[in-house]
This record gives sequence, C-alpha cells and structure tokens, in this order.
Amino acid sequence: MANILSKFYVKTKPLSIKEYKENGGFEGLEKALHKMKPQEILDEVISSNLKGRGGATFPTGLKWQFTANESNETKYIICNADEGEPGTFKDKVLLEGCPFLLIEGMIIAAYAVGGTKGYIYIRGEYPKSKEMLRNAIGVLKDEGYLGDKILDTDFSFDIEVRSGYGAYICGEETALIESIEGNPGRARTKPPYPPNKGLWGKPTLVNNVETLANIPIILSMGAEKFKEYGTASSSGTKLISVSGSVVNKGVFEVEFGVTLKDIVYETCGGLTENSKFKFLQLGGSAGACLPENLLDTKLDFDDLRSRNISLGSGAILVADDTTCLLGFIKATAEFFEHESCGKCTPCREGNKHVTKLLDKIVNGVATVEDLEILKDVALTMKEMSLCGLGQAAPTALLTTLNYFEGEYNEHIKGYCRTGVCFMKGGEVVNE
Amino acid sequence: MNKVTINIDGRDITVKDGATILEAAKELNIQIPTLCYHPDQSIKGSCRVCTVEVEGIENLQASCCTLVRDGMKVRTNTKRVRDARKKVLELIIASHNDNCLACVRSENCELQALSKELSMKETRLEKIVSNVSIQDDNPSIVRDSSKCIKCGRCIEVCHDVQGVGAIYNLNRSFNMEIGTPLGKDLSEISCVYCGQCINVCPVGAIYEKTDIDRVWKALEDEGKHVVVQVAPAVRVSIGEEFGMPPGSILTKKMVAVLRALGFNKVFDTDFTADLTILEEGNEFLHRLNGGGTLPMFTSCSPGWVRYIENFYPELLDHVSSCKSPQQMFGALAKTYYAEKENVDPKDIVVVSIMPCTAKKAEAARDEMIDSGYQDVDIVLTTRELGRMIKESGIDMISLPEEEFDEPLGISTGAAVIFGASGGVMEAALRTVYEVVTGEELENIDFVNLRGIEGFKEAVVKVGDLDVKVAVVNSLMSAKKVLDMVKEGKADYHFVEVMCCPGGCIGGGGQPIPGTNEIKRKRVEGIYNADKKLALRKSHENPAVKVLYEEFLEKPLGEKSHHLLHTHYVDRSN
Amino acid sequence: MCIVLEDKTMEIIDNVGNTPDKLLEVLIAVQESSEENYISEEQLVSVSKGLGVTLSKAYGVATFYSMLSLKQRGKYVIQLCNSAPCYVNKAFEIIRAFEENLGIKVGEVTDDGLFSLEFVSCIGACHMAPAVKINDEVFGNLDRFKVKSILEEIIRRER
Repeated sequence: MANILSKFYVKTKPLSIKEYKENGGFEGLEKALHKMKPQEILDEVISSNLKGRGGATFPTGLKWQFTANESNETKYIICNADEGEPGTFKDKVLLEGCPFLLIEGMIIAAYAVGGTKGYIYIRGEYPKSKEMLRNAIGVLKDEGYLGDKILDTDFSFDIEVRSGYGAYICGEETALIESIEGNPGRARTKPPYPPNKGLWGKPTLVNNVETLANIPIILSMGAEKFKEYGTASSSGTKLISVSGSVVNKGVFEVEFGVTLKDIVYETCGGLTENSKFKFLQLGGSAGACLPENLLDTKLDFDDLRSRNISLGSGAILVADDTTCLLGFIKATAEFFEHESCGKCTPCREGNKHVTKLLDKIVNGVATVEDLEILKDVALTMKEMSLCGLGQAAPTALLTTLNYFEGEYNEHIKGYCRTGVCFMKGGEVVNE
Repeated sequence: MNKVTINIDGRDITVKDGATILEAAKELNIQIPTLCYHPDQSIKGSCRVCTVEVEGIENLQASCCTLVRDGMKVRTNTKRVRDARKKVLELIIASHNDNCLACVRSENCELQALSKELSMKETRLEKIVSNVSIQDDNPSIVRDSSKCIKCGRCIEVCHDVQGVGAIYNLNRSFNMEIGTPLGKDLSEISCVYCGQCINVCPVGAIYEKTDIDRVWKALEDEGKHVVVQVAPAVRVSIGEEFGMPPGSILTKKMVAVLRALGFNKVFDTDFTADLTILEEGNEFLHRLNGGGTLPMFTSCSPGWVRYIENFYPELLDHVSSCKSPQQMFGALAKTYYAEKENVDPKDIVVVSIMPCTAKKAEAARDEMIDSGYQDVDIVLTTRELGRMIKESGIDMISLPEEEFDEPLGISTGAAVIFGASGGVMEAALRTVYEVVTGEELENIDFVNLRGIEGFKEAVVKVGDLDVKVAVVNSLMSAKKVLDMVKEGKADYHFVEVMCCPGGCIGGGGQPIPGTNEIKRKRVEGIYNADKKLALRKSHENPAVKVLYEEFLEKPLGEKSHHLLHTHYVDRSN
Repeated sequence: MCIVLEDKTMEIIDNVGNTPDKLLEVLIAVQESSEENYISEEQLVSVSKGLGVTLSKAYGVATFYSMLSLKQRGKYVIQLCNSAPCYVNKAFEIIRAFEENLGIKVGEVTDDGLFSLEFVSCIGACHMAPAVKINDEVFGNLDRFKVKSILEEIIRRER
C-alpha cells in the first residue's frame, strides 16, 4: 500500500509542527514561497496531472490556471470539507489526522493563483474536525505560516473555518459558496464557474481536502516523481473509504491502477464470515452498483470512463447477499429525497416520485407500469437536473435496473428473496 | 465583443459571445418553450423546460442558462427533446392544483399555455398536491401554495426590486415552498401589499383579494348611492383585458361601461390628483420657506408609505402629510359632494378602480374616516374591473364614448400623468413654478423626469431658486434615497416616490403580463392623454377652483387639514 | 421577549459577527447554546434584526439546513444514520432498538425532555456501521445490547 498521504496522519500527531516537519511537512511550502514563481507552481501542478479528489475529477492545475488568469485584487481559496457522500470518510481522516497538510496546500494554492483569503467549509456532522482545524489555524498563525508576511515573504494569507449544518448539497461548489455567503445552499447555474465568478462574485478556487493535501507532496517530491505513482491517466494515490460487509473497513491509501477486486479481497481481507458478495457501490450513494463480474474494473480514470462508471469520492460499499436490493435502493433514494435543495424541477419532484414508487415496490403493491414510470422519472432526473446532485441521484437505481432487474420484478410479483421486505400490506413473505 | 457562430437545427447563426442558446434561437425565430424565464428578471434555470440537445454533451441542457460556444451544434426539435420537455412538465403538473375552471388565471396562465404548446396528455404520475391552506388574512393579497410552481420570480421581485423580502424559499426538496416566515400572514410581517409578486407569477398562486361581489351587492342595493372613481393609470391599461394593445387610451369607453354597470356617478381620481398638487405644492413651498423638513417625499403611493412606515419610521417627517388622491376623493365624496347633491353620506358607497393592490389596504387604514364614515368603501384593481365587465356581458369596446360626471370628474393633463413615474413631480413643477414666479411656464414637458428607469433627478430653476428634485420608482430605488437622507447626502428639495416599477402603470393591480416593454407603452399612452387635453396644469382646473371657493377656502386651510391631510405610523416592530 | 434570551442572542452575534454572511454560523451558535438544542422564534427574530437580514430569509436558512431545529429537542439528540452503508449493516434494527427502549418514534422527544430521536445523513462513521451520533459523540458497531447500555449510562449520569 502507498503511504505518501497516509504517512502524515499515521506518523504524526495532528497539531505537532515538529513531527509534521520531520516527515517532510512544509517542504513544499518553503520551496514554493522561496524558490518558485507562481506560474512555476501552476506549471508543476498541471504537469503532475492531479485530478480533483472530490468526485468531479477535473484537472486541478487547469482550475488553478483559470483562477490565476483572472485579474482581480480579491480572490478566494476554499477548501471543500463538506464530505457528505454516504460511505465517504477519508477527508475526515485528513482533517482530524493531519490538518496541516491541507492548510499547507491551501497556502500554496493562494500563493500560486493570487488568493487573498481562505475558507475551510466543514460539514456540521464533523464537530471534532471543525475544532481541530480551528486549533490548527491558531497554531500556524502563531508560527508565522498564516497571517501577514508568511515565512518572511511579502505574501499574506488567512483562513476562516465555516460550518455546514446538515446539507449534502453544500458539497457542490456553487451551493457551498452560497452557504458561505449566508444563504441556503442551492446550486447556481453554471457558467459562470467559480474561477471566474465565485464567492461574492470574485474569482474563487474550490478544492477538495484530499486534492489540497496532495499539493505539498507534489511540490516537495516534484511532479515527475509524483507521476511515478498511479497510471498514465491517473497519477498519484487515492484515499478510499471502505464500508459494508468486508473484514477490514476503513480508509486506505491505494495507488491508482488497482482493481476493485484487489481492494475488496486483498486490502480489505474479503467479505465477512459466511457472507456472499452481492454488489459493490463505487463512489458513494451517487455511484454505480456493480455486480461481481465488474470487479476487474481498475481504479483508473480511463478504464472507468470506458465503462461509464464514475469514481466519485472513492467510497466503496460492499453489500452481501443478505441485503435486499430494493431496500437498499429505497434507503438511497430517501437520502436524495431528503437532500435535494428543491430548486430545479427534475430533482425536487423526481426524487419524491421515485421514493413513492419504491415504497410501492417494497410493499409489494407496485405494477409493471410503475416500474416503467420509475425508469422514466429516473432518466429525466439524470438528463435534466440542474446540478450534479439530481443528475447522479438515480445512478444506483439505473445501474441496478440494468444489472439486477430480476430482483425488481420479483418484488413486483410480491416476493423478496432476502425476506427483509414486508409484502402485501404487512404479510411477511418468504420467512 | 467577440462573435461566435453556432448551428441550431441545421441553421447557422452568429451571435455575440456570452449569449445563451435561448437568445440565439430567438434570432432564428426558433421558439423554445420556457416557464421560469421572465424577460425582466435574472436567469433562474430551475424549471428545466427549455431543454435542448447539444452535440457532444450527454445530458440535455437548459437553453436559458447555457452559453453559446463557437461551433456548437444544437437541436431543439428532436423526439428526445420533445419527450423530455413533456416529462419535466408532467412532474410540474403532478404537484400543481390544476383546478383551472375555478382559477383566476385561467386562460392567462403560463403553465396552461405551455401545456397546450407541448400537447400534454393525461399524466401517469401520481398527483401529489400540497395541502397547505390559502393565506389571505389581509386586505390585499391571496397566496395559494397549491398552485405554486416554485419558479422564484416573486421572491426576486420582493427582495431585489422592492427590497421588502416578505417571502422566501422555505424548507428544501419536495417540501420547498415559497412562503412567509414562521407561517405568518402577510399582515403580520413587513409586506407592503405592492402586489408585484402577483404581476410576475406565471400561474394563479398569488392574486388580489377580490371585492367584486361587494361592488355588485352595493350596485343592486336601491338605498345606496354608488359613486366610482378611476385612477389615471387604469385608462391606458384596461384595454389589455380585452385584447387591445397596451397604452390604448380608453378613458371615455371606460366611463361608458362604468355607467352601464350601474354606478350612479362616474368620477375621476384625476380630480383629486389636481387637488393633491395644490395641497402638496403649497406644503412644499411652506416647508421650503418655513424651514420644514426637506427633502419632502410624495405620499400618493400606499405601498411606499407602508414601506417607510415599516423600514424607515425615523424619516416619516419627510413624507408629505397629503392623503393620496384616492383618499382625498373619498373624504370629499362623503362631505362636499354629499352636501352639494343633498345625499346622506351614510348612503354613499365610494368605489375606486385602482392599478394597485396596496390601495385596498390604504382604504382600510383606521384613520381614513375623516368624512365621519369610511372614506373609501371598496377598491377594485384594473384586473377586477376587467372581470366585472366580462361578467356583465357588456361589450366595452363597442360602447359609444361618454364623459365623466361633474364636478368630481373634471381634471387636467397634470393629473393624468400621475399614472407614470415622474408624473407627480412634473405636475407639481408645472404648478409650483407658476405660483412662485407668477409667470407662465413655457415648456411644461419635463421629459428628463419621464420613463421607467428607477432613479431620475433634475435641477429646475424656479425664480431665484434652483430646485433639486429626484424621481424614484421601485422600493429598492426609494431605499437608495432614504439611505442618502439618513447619511445626510441627499440635497434634494423634493422627491417623488412610486412604489411600483414604472409608477402606477406598473402597479400590482394591472393587467398581466406587465413586462417593461408593456410598461413603456402604457407610459406612452399616459403622456399622449396629457397632450390631448386643453388644460394641463392642476391650478387651472376649474372644478378645483370652485371646490376651494365653495368649501375648502384655501390650500392647507382648516378644512383641508381635516379632510385632505393625514399622519403616519411607525410599524417597524 | 425575554430580555435575558435577547441579550444572550446579541452576545452570540457580537462573538460570531454581525454581517449577513454569518447567518448560518450565528444560528448554529444560538442552537448550540440552547439546553433544548433548538432556536426559538424570538431568537430567530433577534438574529434577523441583529444581522440585518429579512426574517423570511432567516427562516428560509433555518429550515434549509437539516441540523438546525425550530422545535424543542431533547437534551440528548440521538441522530440515527440511515444512509446506505449503515443500511447494509442493518441499521433498521438499531433504529427499532432505540425506539423501543425510549418508547418514542423517530422525530419525537421523550416526555422528560432528555432524548430526541432523529434521522441524520451519513456521519462518516461507516467503518463502524451501524452508527449513531449523540450530541457530538459518535457510537459505532452497535447492536441492541449496546443501544440499551448507552442509554442506561446516560440516564445514570443524569440522575
């Protein structure tokens, strides 16, 4: 297993500058501030081929360059720590295990693109992370890494921690910006994109925690060395969050290029005792549900794209055969119904219809026509929603309709193979 | 600006960089259906009806918020696109209370029109209509959330144009609704009843509280003497209710139809508009010479009055003490007119036809009883008058023209222009100039104060004095002046404030739609009506002169003070 | 309104900041300062005045973020994760266990005001699913027995 990121949260105490430095902390920042011009940093990040670790996999260097190209006296750097994708807890490990790393990444980003103020937006469900980051910022201010004239240069930069409070949509960058402005977090139409017009209409760079944590590493080891990790299309490592029916659950750092099978059976020690693999959901609740025969899929952007699968946040949820597929899909749909911001029609109305139809299915009162309507609504959501939430909400539904349609039809006939569903108005079938 | 060429449905079009697909299609006369889109508002991109296919992009794109890119290929009329639009419309209709037969907006509903445009058939989706009760515990506005399609236009106008912010997006997901805080009625919060939300609502989710039946009842009551007054803006917009182009001047046909409906007398609010100029003009001179509070703000617009009472009570001294023309009319109808005609004021019913929803609340204010009775009994909007005429079966357009009754129906061009932003100021200047200088004003058209722009200003030489005036419409523009006054940066002497964008022709009771394009035509109608009149200065109104001789004695006199002036209330808490 | 409560709200605004962008931060702080874990109507009105935002917007924000509450909650807010990873690890059994032990349904508060039960989206404790969060503390790898002992422990502490 790789450890270029994980060594920081494994080997250092979270607020110890000494231990952080002993493991290579601030090497990237020192190099950037003292030896590099902003454009050289941008070139280095572009050349590293780093892609966003939040889920959209946009080339980080390009995003930085767009922000740098804007001429504006005020530019914002936002760290997106609104890790709301169910099954994802890798940013939490970085936030609580080594807060300096992502802050170092933010300072470098600000120096490179001309950022004047930083925000770290942390979800309300992570109160300990918030406290940790506030403390970390305090420590770094005292030590001259944040504030005026950082490391005795002319560069000044400060960071404020802001809270989410129970809104998954705020992980979407424009919704997050709305939230920092003090509004309900509803996604904006794009364009304009944040690098042009973001927070308070100013150029804004929004990067995920893990993306920013990679920056000091890239600068200190150099883009070429960084690219030795991973594959041609996907450089570096990925923190994956594994949950469900495997022996070893948790966050693991893997190199791009490994197969899902390796992750499940090698890294995570296979399925728990007596359970049989049913499906794997990749990328959180917004991700695809894959059957066993797709476990040869590689963690590689090209390979994933060719199979029309998204890596998302890198969450991996393994479900065994005691899991009722329809119960699972219903739980997923209820999540999105709860989290839709309500702005655009397909997501606001579609999620409601989807949960109602799934409710009929798990209660054994749905018809074949209901299944048709369900597919229709799901497709409308995917194709016509305003932001990624609505577009990705039906992914699990659509992929399971593709790979596991039989289990849908069984439920329509009033049969639940796992015995989890109470069919036909409370009568328990198959138990 | 750079140009880009894109291809829509096989045809090339070159447009400016930064244009949307929707705009580019319009130039090719390709009609892409829309719903949340409003020409005078920001792009929302939320309904998703205007969807199109863009080559190379997997998902469909909303054309209102997708910018053109050079070489882009767009298809607006494929089966996939048509089906997708229908499906999204189906989702909207599934949660819409589609009791169209009993809906005030039937046949003037953007959702209904869209449904027809897309040939919608029976929906397969389960109907899930919200069960919320109708909110109408106030004199002016009814909100029915079961009709709301959540486009957000009302929120934009309430916050960004009017700066009131009475309503907002509440909750989220399917439960997202547009509503008032803490479930309060509009009367319990800072709503000023301007009704601008009604004007932009695409459906029947917001409308005026109707008083048509009360008017019918009064008209059928033998014991009642029912008089009606009509505000200036109504005559250039009522035609729109009957398919006439905006700005058509229908004053005399409107008089005829009101008489045909059974009103005992048909009078004109323009009469008291002229009177307002004499009272307010003199009040202004009094403040100017006697060192009273300046700048002085006009007080004809009840939405504006309620706004300053709600948000800037500390500046209420700046507001003219004159009642609005509507209220002056009511007070005089039940005193001067009652005496003159020998009618018992208790039997007089004063009905107003107003372009305004706030006028309903103004008439209901506690202190508006200076005649000894409620001065104005019932207020109808322009739209309600349209409906009343339709109910009656009378064909207004084919009626021969008739004149207003005397004496409260005689007026000048200065009163007509009250209906457009800048009109009150222009009318006041026409009179103040001549009163102060004793000379005739040669050029009486103050063109730089006209038009629907929100903020206008001018310096006018009146004798030795340079009078600095400002004219604002929409409450956001009013807020700017108020903040300037608070900061001591407003060196104006006199400020005209109209609550609604464009002035009363853009009022919340006016025909729908009332886009800026339509408002401009109504404004044109107003100034054309002024130009046609022989008398164009308020102080030349012969009936007003008689009123002073017979009854009031002099402007700001004791009787004026009692009947025509009022006071205001701090409503900030 | 109660003067003390208004003063407390104003003190929070002074600490957090009085610009409109601080609306969410202030509401969080107001809720966190409340024994019953909620924002009262009066406090919402004070916040809107103190920050110069319309009451409609303050209410809109308060009803948008699901961790904010305008209703009284228990001293201990038990947040049950019902997201997919916990579902796979049979969270529905844990939910039932909490309901049975407390005698209330999700969305309710116990009569003594000690506990309220509510659903929460993923709390990032998937490696120890099924998991719940009680105020700021996360409890994982739950079964019916652990549920019972967690509740007993809190009740003992409160006596």
